[in-house]
Amino acid sequence: MRFLSVENVTKSFGGPPVVQDVSLEVARGEFFALLGPSGCGKTTLLRMIAGFETPDSGQIAIDGADMTAVPPHLRPTNMVFQSYAIFPHLNVFDNIAYGLRKLRLPQAELTRRVEAMLATVRLEGMGGRTADQLSGGQRQRVALARALVRQPKILLLDEPLGALDKRLREQMQVELRLLQKKIGITFLLVTHDQEEALSLSDRIAVMSDGRVLQVASPRDLYERPSCREVADFIGEINFFPATVKTANAEDVTVNGGVLGVITLPRANAPDAVAPGDAVLLAIRPEHVRFAAPGETGVAGEIAAATYLGERSHIHVKLPSRSEPVAVSAAVPPGGGSVQLVFPPQWIMALPSGD
Amino acid sequence: MKSRGLIVYAAFYLAFLYVPVLLLPLFSFNDSQFIAFPLSGFTTRWYAGLAADAAMLQALANSLKVGAATALLSTLLGLTAARAVTRYRLRARGAALGFIALPLFIPDIVLGISLLLLLAALELPLSLAGVVLGHMLVCIPLSMTVLIARFEGFDRNLEEASADLGEDGWMTFWRITFPLMLPGILSSLLLTFITSFDEFLVAYFLSGGSATLPVYIWGQLRFPERLPMVLALGAIILAVSVALVVLAETLRNMGVKADRRRVGA
Repeated sequence: MRFLSVENVTKSFGGPPVVQDVSLEVARGEFFALLGPSGCGKTTLLRMIAGFETPDSGQIAIDGADMTAVPPHLRPTNMVFQSYAIFPHLNVFDNIAYGLRKLRLPQAELTRRVEAMLATVRLEGMGGRTADQLSGGQRQRVALARALVRQPKILLLDEPLGALDKRLREQMQVELRLLQKKIGITFLLVTHDQEEALSLSDRIAVMSDGRVLQVASPRDLYERPSCREVADFIGEINFFPATVKTANAEDVTVNGGVLGVITLPRANAPDAVAPGDAVLLAIRPEHVRFAAPGETGVAGEIAAATYLGERSHIHVKLPSRSEPVAVSAAVPPGGGSVQLVFPPQWIMALPSGD
Repeated sequence: MKSRGLIVYAAFYLAFLYVPVLLLPLFSFNDSQFIAFPLSGFTTRWYAGLAADAAMLQALANSLKVGAATALLSTLLGLTAARAVTRYRLRARGAALGFIALPLFIPDIVLGISLLLLLAALELPLSLAGVVLGHMLVCIPLSMTVLIARFEGFDRNLEEASADLGEDGWMTFWRITFPLMLPGILSSLLLTFITSFDEFLVAYFLSGGSATLPVYIWGQLRFPERLPMVLALGAIILAVSVALVVLAETLRNMGVKADRRRVGA
């Protein structure tokens, strides 16, 4: 732990803070993502780690060394820019060799390293090409090779796949993940694409308005979001306002309005809840199911259903609630009137926020 | 009908523009002291006379020195200013740019007189150095105009990428900024050189005893017998100026085309 540590970092560009009191810890060899909508401060945080921006307050350390005042050219990080920033006056070979000048390697060793890097990113034989002779995916690989050839302690990736079309993006995601596993370098990825973050990362920090809302593994983020914003940002989810009736060491009982009185496992509720607190119950569409024959649930009407193969995406209208409940399941035979079951183990109680 | 009228107009316009200029080289090869038709025969004696004219050669040397110094200093200052304007968040950026560009719109005669008054007030002697300073007032905004346009078409991430790959500010300038700005820098050097080389009024007021070429030519016009030599000199300046302008434009276009290739890819 603590290979990269960001402590209480704040940054503003003259206006309100863009990054506000952010603290993070990233482990050696981890694939870590900063996820959030545009303008949430994730790129500014990445640029502070690279050294292009200086924090107004707080500290950044890499591998035990304080980096806060170290200029970018002396940091053990390398970056893949969103625009790739391939040097247009140099060919692919010289782009990759650019960062090796200081090492003063013999020509044969330099060539060997660059060729090996070209092979790693599967661009063998392309060393002589210039930037304008490369496709988007190839440019991305050159940017990656140019950064990795310096064997950085941390590779920083700023929306590296944003400029690629969907198919190429998915292919590059797989390659990026395999590459990271192979070389074992710590990757720090900035993205606004939740699918990308979920499929690539070991852990994700969800950011909003310059703050980190939650740091967790993709599974925990999806199944145990810490607040409404995180739950809403990652995938689809249903919310129900509720009030806490009782709370003890094993479980929490809430009055869930249309859902009735429900008892949840203690771990599904925030640490500090007391009877009378307002909470927000959240459940994913695939965790809601239709009642089996003889079972009773919450009665509703199917308002819309989109067939998606094994499961359908269904909107169920409940009486006394304007917003339909999203359900991901097979459409029950008969259709029309249905009974919904909300299994308590899948219901999360979140702080209501206001 | 209408289009024929326009063609005639265009022909007259071009003739008015270029015939007098073309008369210069024509009469410079004419074997007569008088500038009049009919031509009396081909000669290169006016050119030979030029080569032997020590005062003229001194004026040429003065102009080359002033032009070179103006071009180098203006482009250097223009380059740093253009980089600052395009790379940093500056306070009062618009106002600063406006004040820098203002000398372009002040009549040269006003500039010349005010600089003359300034030098007199400071009790500094008139010299070619003063001419260089006067020319720089006009040439720095010219240089900045050329260079700002190039910096704006230049992805600032490239400089950051260089820093990220271990190069400090100085090496980043030499390995990235300078090569990518080179077409703009050369085009600025040529443009400012020509502007300084051709400039008369400021040089007339500030050059004192050491005349630049335009000032020397002005002085020669008083002597009718020397007029054909002035024409020969004018013809040479014309040829060199045209060649330099064509070169500057070619360089600028090369830069623009290369940029388009990069963007299009």
